[in-house]
Amino acid sequence: MSLSVDHIHKKHKGNLVVAQDICFTIEKGELGALIGPSGCGKTTLLRMIAGFETPDSGSISINGQEMVSSGRNLSPDRRHTGMVFQDYALFPHLTVMENIRFGPVKSKRSHLDKLIRITGLLGSEKKYPHELSGGQQQRVALARALAPRPALLLMDEPFSNLDVSLRESLSEEVRFILREFDTTGLLVTHNQHEAFAMADRIGVMKDGRLLQWDTAQTLYSHPVSADVAGFVGEGSFIRGHRSASGSVETLIGSFADQGKNENYSAGITLFVRPEDVFLDHKSPFKARLIKSHFRGPGRLHTFELDSKDQFTCLTTCPIPLDLDQEYGISICNRHVSMFDIAR
Amino acid sequence: MISSIKKQSGFIISGSIALVTLAPVLFILVSGFYAESDIWIHLRQYVLPDLLKNTAVLIAGVIFTTAVLGISLAWLTSFHEFRGRRLFEKLLLFPLAIPAYVMAFIYTGLFDFSGPIQTGIRSHFPVLAGYFPEIRSSWGVIMVISLSIFPYVFLMASQGFRSMGKSMVEASQSLGSGRFFTLFRVTIPMAKPWIFGGLILVFMETLADFGAVSVFNYDTFTTGVYKAWYGFFSINAASQLASILVVIVLVIFSAESYFRRKQQFFNKGNHQPMVRNPLSGGGSVLAIGYCSLVFFMAFVIPVGQLVIWAKGVFQIEMSSHYFRLLANTFLLGIMGMGFTMAVAVVLAYSGRTMNDIKTGIAAKLSLAGYALPGTVLAVGIINVVAQLDKVFSDLLNLAGFQVSSGVLNGSLLLLPFCYMVRFLTAGYNPVFSNMTRITASMDEAATLMKVSGLTLLSKIHLPLIRRGIMTGSILVLVEIIKEMPVTLMLRPFGWDTLAVKIFELTSEGEWERAALPAITLVVAGMVPILFLSIVGRKRY
Repeated sequence: MSLSVDHIHKKHKGNLVVAQDICFTIEKGELGALIGPSGCGKTTLLRMIAGFETPDSGSISINGQEMVSSGRNLSPDRRHTGMVFQDYALFPHLTVMENIRFGPVKSKRSHLDKLIRITGLLGSEKKYPHELSGGQQQRVALARALAPRPALLLMDEPFSNLDVSLRESLSEEVRFILREFDTTGLLVTHNQHEAFAMADRIGVMKDGRLLQWDTAQTLYSHPVSADVAGFVGEGSFIRGHRSASGSVETLIGSFADQGKNENYSAGITLFVRPEDVFLDHKSPFKARLIKSHFRGPGRLHTFELDSKDQFTCLTTCPIPLDLDQEYGISICNRHVSMFDIAR
Repeated sequence: MISSIKKQSGFIISGSIALVTLAPVLFILVSGFYAESDIWIHLRQYVLPDLLKNTAVLIAGVIFTTAVLGISLAWLTSFHEFRGRRLFEKLLLFPLAIPAYVMAFIYTGLFDFSGPIQTGIRSHFPVLAGYFPEIRSSWGVIMVISLSIFPYVFLMASQGFRSMGKSMVEASQSLGSGRFFTLFRVTIPMAKPWIFGGLILVFMETLADFGAVSVFNYDTFTTGVYKAWYGFFSINAASQLASILVVIVLVIFSAESYFRRKQQFFNKGNHQPMVRNPLSGGGSVLAIGYCSLVFFMAFVIPVGQLVIWAKGVFQIEMSSHYFRLLANTFLLGIMGMGFTMAVAVVLAYSGRTMNDIKTGIAAKLSLAGYALPGTVLAVGIINVVAQLDKVFSDLLNLAGFQVSSGVLNGSLLLLPFCYMVRFLTAGYNPVFSNMTRITASMDEAATLMKVSGLTLLSKIHLPLIRRGIMTGSILVLVEIIKEMPVTLMLRPFGWDTLAVKIFELTSEGEWERAALPAITLVVAGMVPILFLSIVGRKRY
């Protein structure tokens, strides 16, 4: 176990809760990611792991060594964590090589050579940061953070200053480099596609709480709460009600009750992904088409039910349907999630 | 033709300003080629070596002392949190209100053989009396000048430290660096452009100092120039001596601009503001003790001594003569400030519209006057005025008027011009640094919204450079009020200012009588400093 975060709490001035009972672990060599809307506390959590901020309670350990526990707080320079900053924080008065070799502990020449080669900085060693492009500055920041062979690499929105195409190619490259050096990492991003592409495990945060810590696949197909479902990927919420026979009745079909609430008068809501909705003219359940967008490989249709609930349906058929017409709808049962809330 | 003039307007403006401000210097440099007079040969053989040595020792000592004081205080107050930190940030600027020559006569009076400290030691610890260091020595001058100008380095270093943002320091920490490794590898190197800026100010102030070294009878180039003129009545010998100083100034200027060019890329992007590190009990006691000690030595003790002296002679000195001095001083100060700032803004604009090498050089040269010691500038101006007056009187004679004396010589209007030459840097730098924040794309954005010309100036440029103009005006005003040698040498006969009076009184050892004008200077100097420390906090 490489990083272990245990029951971390933190309040900012003015009692704003930025971390509430946060627990997760990252195995050696794995890359974790924290996603969530801005202000959810993901960057503060990263900074607590780095040691720039102190949690009110809880413990953090790296490679089994306690960084933070009751009454003990190791300073950032003694944690063996590397960090890639959002603005890179390259030292402008030092060359690329001097930036990478910065720090009191000198790394082995062969390690540095490999680092420079793999990050594609060969030939730029003597340049100054301002002479490099944004993507190259990013590589320098990464190489510098990896040079002292950190036990854990932390990345704070590392790609947010880059344009989209560069962001994609660099994120793949970074994943490759981290594997090459067998480095454990934690990434903070507001871009879930980045997290999906890079991370082994992803945490969804909201209002200082870690809602779910899972693989991308699990987050997508089995979100634990409506918040996670709504944040990860696309999907629609449809209200339903429980019947005495233990099923959930909605305007698009009847489903086995997956809710956890014993009291069946409580509200329940269905969550469906657009690719799990099918057009089916034989279906008894009808919905009215209100929008239809071209989506490259197919079309994304938005339907409305009599209850005014809207949902989307992704079809591979590029032929447009008529607006304001009713169509038969069926749902692929396996991928439906249910939450015990009345929307 | 017109378009080419428009294209070159930046250079034409900055070039003409440079030419006007450099005229005195050019006259002095030409004097280097004069035939060697007996006086000059005497000076070169017997006086020059000592002047060189004294000046070098003084500058090295002051630079070292102000660097240590300024950087350490800025580091303490910028990166650490302790009780009174915000107050000290302001208090440590107060010494700027005390001119070096005032500081000098106070400490001379305090440490003199008949002063309170030596008298006290003789009566209480007679054994130690023999070991008391002589204040009229190089360490004495170095200490006095350093105490009065270290705030330049403190102020600039603080600005440099604060512009850095926290992620640089955090990046260094995350790479395993401790506090002092970070200080010497990241913090100080990154603040270098600012620290060097402050130290260059210190260098020039020290090179230019005339009043403090006179009080100490410590002969440097500036006193040498003054004595060559007043002692030997030789404007040529004074000019020749001054030409050596001018060469030193030119060397420093090129070194500085090289340095600034290399490091201009240091502060960019919007950083997250610095978070101060709270100091533990012991550390905070040390920090408070250190800041207090410096503040006491540089402000409380000198002002206290002034008050004690002034109290004794208050009844006699507080007269209409005193108010006359006050009025003269402020009249000159405000005239000089207005003229200097007008030129500073025009020069800053010329550099903005025209960003090429020759305009940059012209702007740089226009500012060279700051490093010109007052005595040198005065000698240069006397040369220029003598030539102009000759032309004027010839013209007037041709027109049929009979003139015997010079028109410009001894005119009150000469002084604002001299102040402009001398203090343009102080007014220009804050305006220019604000001007660099007005990007070309801002102008373009405004143009697309159909805003240009005067509206653009008043809606966008003025709000952005207003703070620079205010800061510059305040700095220039303080400088002029404190200025002594130029006023001393060029004022109309009988037109005394506070500073000139202080010089006359202290050269006769009349410290008590000099105390009231000196307190007035300190109070006048305090107003802008208080203002600066309030405005300085407002962020844009």
